[in-house]
Amino acid sequence: MTVRKNQAALTSDEKRRFTDALLELKRTGRYDAFVTTHNAFILGDTDHGERTGHRSPSFLPWHRRFLLEFERALQEVDASVALPYWDWTADRSPRSSLWAPDFLGGTGRALDGRVMDGPFATGAGKWQINVRVDGRTFLRRSLGTAVRELPTRAEVESVLAMPTYDMAPWNSASDGFRNHLEGWRGPNLHNRVHVWVGGHMATGASPNDPVFWLHHAYVDKLWAQWQRRHPGSGYLPVAGTPDVVDLDETMKPWNDTRPADLLDHTPHYTFDTD
Amino acid sequence: MPALSRRQALTTAAALATAAAGIAAVPAGAATAGGHHDPHSPAPFDEVYRGRRIQGRPATGAHAQHGTGYTVLVDGVELHLMRNADGTWISVVSHYDPVPTPRAAARAAVDELQGAALLPLPAN
Repeated sequence: MTVRKNQAALTSDEKRRFTDALLELKRTGRYDAFVTTHNAFILGDTDHGERTGHRSPSFLPWHRRFLLEFERALQEVDASVALPYWDWTADRSPRSSLWAPDFLGGTGRALDGRVMDGPFATGAGKWQINVRVDGRTFLRRSLGTAVRELPTRAEVESVLAMPTYDMAPWNSASDGFRNHLEGWRGPNLHNRVHVWVGGHMATGASPNDPVFWLHHAYVDKLWAQWQRRHPGSGYLPVAGTPDVVDLDETMKPWNDTRPADLLDHTPHYTFDTD
Repeated sequence: MPALSRRQALTTAAALATAAAGIAAVPAGAATAGGHHDPHSPAPFDEVYRGRRIQGRPATGAHAQHGTGYTVLVDGVELHLMRNADGTWISVVSHYDPVPTPRAAARAAVDELQGAALLPLPAN
């Protein structure tokens, strides 16, 4: 059984196995297919049209499935690997061990945002950015520049306290847990972390930065925490809602999984805190 | 649904590598609004910001993006733009940080590009 651990608790060996598996998926081209899928949904999901991966109720189950696919790909390379999660309420500094050269590497240089150390630095030669919106082929970051602070524990608690999963109009204007976690309203949780990391994480092609997976593994964990805190509150909407994925409708691009199939994460993995 | 395939990304990157070399200093001229105006659509603009020409104008039909009815160009290359339900704007370059106007989205894109060439949108 896969156990997703806090990245701060990983051993040196676990970190190396994780980054080695990422590099192998990159080498074979499988990694970039995930970036392409994500960007396609970023571009296609709109507030007044069809929306599946973002700005809609299925933001959370869609990314749960997306992460499961990615974790399975990693495990085909190394069966011992699980996705770690990044609790950005706790590890909130550019000096965190997350950004050390033996893990994800650090922030980019001032000149052009280029990440200079770690396994994904240009100099290491194993992490060319292929799916991109501009001409640059090196990984970029600018930690804590566009926004100074990551979300706090208190801000997360205020969102976890919301009793309703999602509400009409089921988009970036909605009240409720999902949209406040996604960050279009309220204290801005998920979106702000993308902006705090900066560089590729701020773009539609954000999975180019491997921290994408650790960020979303934590967002996924927050969904599980919310479920435990509100056992009487379920996924909404249930049925008959134009342009969004109802509880029993399948999600693109897989077309074989409904939000209802993904509400319980425990058949697939557990968290180290479960 | 548009998909930015690896092939498209690589192809457009190659095209842009050539195009980028030819970008000349362009004076900011008169706005080039065309077509029908949506009364709720922001005003057109055409300016040089940090050495990059940014243009925005109302658009209709095939040129309207995702119902935004507005097109933004950076050095003549279309920037993928999206309008949020609350009226704010984002682009593919700065997707998670809404700003009040298309001009602000164009400037944010220029800041983020740091001189790099924007790649054209996928054909589909």
